[in-house]
Amino acid sequence: MGKFEIKNADLYYNDFHALKNINLDIPQKQITAFIGPSGCGKSTLLKSLNRMNDLIEGCKITGEFLLDGEDIYGNMDVNLLRKRVGMVFQKPNPFPMSVYDNIAFGPRTHGIHSKSKLDDIVEKSLRNAAIWEEVKDRLKKSALGLSGGQQQRLCIARALAVEPEVLLMDEPTSALDPISTSKIEDLVLEIKREYTIIIVTHNMQQATRISDRTAFFLLGEVVEYDQTENLFSMPKDKRTEDYITGRFG
Amino acid sequence: MNQTAASARPQKHPINRLTLKQRIKSYLKHPLSLFLFLIVAAATLITVFVLFFLILYILIKGIPYLTPSLFAFEYNSENVSMFPAIITTIMMTVFSLILAVPLGIFTAIYLVEYARRGNKIVELVRLTSETLSGIPSIVYGLFGMLFFVTALHWGFSLIAGAFTLAIMILPLIMRTTEEALKSVPDTYREASFGLGAGRLRTVFRIVLPSAIPGILAGVILAIGRIVGETAALIYTAGTVAQIPTGREFLFMSGRTLAIHMWALSGEGLNTNQAYATAVVLLIVVLLINWLSAAVAKRLAKS
Amino acid sequence: MSRQKLIEKAMEILFLICALTSIIAVLLICIFLFANGVPAMSKIGVFNFLLGTKWTPQDIPASFGIFPMILGSIYVTAGAIIIGVPIGILTSVFMAKMCPKPLYKILKPAVELLAGIPSIVYGFFGLVLLVPLIRETFGGKGTSMLTASILLGIMILPTIIGVSESSIRAVPDSYYEGALALGATHERAVFFTVLPAAKSGILAGVVLGIGRAIGETMAVIMVAGNQPRMPAGILKGVRTMTANIVIEMGYAADLHREALIATGVVLFVFILIINLAFSLLKRKVD
Repeated sequence: MGKFEIKNADLYYNDFHALKNINLDIPQKQITAFIGPSGCGKSTLLKSLNRMNDLIEGCKITGEFLLDGEDIYGNMDVNLLRKRVGMVFQKPNPFPMSVYDNIAFGPRTHGIHSKSKLDDIVEKSLRNAAIWEEVKDRLKKSALGLSGGQQQRLCIARALAVEPEVLLMDEPTSALDPISTSKIEDLVLEIKREYTIIIVTHNMQQATRISDRTAFFLLGEVVEYDQTENLFSMPKDKRTEDYITGRFG
Repeated sequence: MNQTAASARPQKHPINRLTLKQRIKSYLKHPLSLFLFLIVAAATLITVFVLFFLILYILIKGIPYLTPSLFAFEYNSENVSMFPAIITTIMMTVFSLILAVPLGIFTAIYLVEYARRGNKIVELVRLTSETLSGIPSIVYGLFGMLFFVTALHWGFSLIAGAFTLAIMILPLIMRTTEEALKSVPDTYREASFGLGAGRLRTVFRIVLPSAIPGILAGVILAIGRIVGETAALIYTAGTVAQIPTGREFLFMSGRTLAIHMWALSGEGLNTNQAYATAVVLLIVVLLINWLSAAVAKRLAKS
Repeated sequence: MSRQKLIEKAMEILFLICALTSIIAVLLICIFLFANGVPAMSKIGVFNFLLGTKWTPQDIPASFGIFPMILGSIYVTAGAIIIGVPIGILTSVFMAKMCPKPLYKILKPAVELLAGIPSIVYGFFGLVLLVPLIRETFGGKGTSMLTASILLGIMILPTIIGVSESSIRAVPDSYYEGALALGATHERAVFFTVLPAAKSGILAGVVLGIGRAIGETMAVIMVAGNQPRMPAGILKGVRTMTANIVIEMGYAADLHREALIATGVVLFVFILIINLAFSLLKRKVD
């Protein structure tokens, strides 16, 4: 049994059928990549895994989403779900407050107020996100002064600070330069030992570099889901082949 | 069972809606959030309560005194008719608008259509109009008294009041017109220039007509301010309770409705008539709000 | 063709002249207020005028100290802020972040209506309802600093709500979403990420509210009691600078009249400082 199990999931934005009968089994402590052309539903599915789609008016979901066998749309507390399933957004979104307060926001939300404990968590999270050395002298300064790449690693640190089990990443490098991108990729490979990671990416090279498994989405359907190696070297579906070889219209 | 899977699915109950029970459970788990929600709700209730209470209180207390005699042509100490005040209010509104609307529109035209970017005059005009919009009406009243009433020897008069109010509403007309002009797409102007029309013709034939709803919304708001104004008028237009008439009517004193109400409530003898005047003022304000909302709606549609 | 150009040029100059009127208006206001008020200040003595605690224009010799009125304006404004700001900001939070759409369609016009009600009507409402209410609840005459503060607190609500709401709406959704994704509740996300991000805008709204409150005249006169003495407690009457001008201007002459204009000058300077603070804050937001 995987970490996340998605069974017969459908999603509608009003009348638009955005996800069609999705069935996926996402393994623990591995990196799973969602690829596909834009508008194919990969980000939509990702946002269903921590219920961020609840915010969107007219969004209707049916089916089953199980985290460790437990229905996340059932009796589970939404806030607790989001603590267990962290998220990193497409555009870095540090809060307009200090680096320290950014990291401490999550732990404080979940009831940790002791200064020494928070100090520990802040340092550990920043170290885990490989950004401690760069920001340790400016913890009290605004996070908005960091570069784009640093901001994104800060956001990863912020997500790690609440000790999630799963980390959802929605095209986390699409707004970054190549150097920052490779730093983030290294970081993701580093932390996969402790976290289950699901990453949405536009970039097929990125999927091959970092992911263990890949799901290819097209028009709201999962066309193919396999070991990354297999999917890219010998795709079973003609549509997958067209997409990864760049022949896709 | 003869339904196809595809058409059956949308009928299934969506799972991503928080039920009331879930929401309450979540609030119980997060008492701080519950507290925050409660104070927000309480504050909103207070705001709404105050508004509706004020309006209902005035209407209920005032409407019974809204007798036909209050609209008699003559004001005298036995019958404190508000009719002269209504006529004066209309005159005051018309004269203030005649002065302020062209000035405000022309200023906005200069700022939007003529001035170059970074023009020092533009910055100065913006700064001064911001200053003007922050000045309280009593200061306008003082200025009007010193300048129009005393220095220009106009005395307490309609015209002194109208000039004072015109300065007061000028920034409002200017700002709304400026925004309306800015929202006219540049393609209109380019098309007009492309046909060989000059700047002037483009402004008056193309740009201004498309900006009229926005300008109108500003004018309506300005009317609201004129009708409700008191402090700026006491020592400029004065408080005489007769309709200014005759050849020199512009230089005669007259009281608007708001001043009429001030005079009534200050005397303490005519509280009921003050209630009735308040009702009329409130109705005017309600009408004006409704009108400007209607104009804004039409604006949003186009 | 050249006639065409002439008209174009003439109209441009006309527009320019119109644009200059607001500059001229501000200049005239400054010149006339200062020219009529400052000589009185020097005659009375700036120190005696601003910090004198006795305002007895009818006595011989008369004393013209407006310190009681300066304090009166500041106290009443502070009271209005204490009452109006929390209610206003919380209401704006509701409107921007918690309000269902159908309810918003009622609430928004309601707040706009609150802004449109003339101050004389507010004053009258205070006179016939608030004053007796305060008298019966707390004793005293009912016309008091407290009554004026409550009434002004209500009157500045639409200003605070309007500016706060638009600055809360201007905060990018990404902050809110980021907080939710960390497991924060809706309220926590709004109060601990969105509100701090909107704070300069909200502060600008508060400053604007201060300007409104300190400049308000008619409503305050009707409920504040207007005794020209040092403020003696929140249930005692108080006179503001604005009230001082309106109440006595009708019969004042000579130095007394000039002293009233000088009161207006002091009020004007207060307002200019507040305006400056507002535009600095607004610039910071943009």
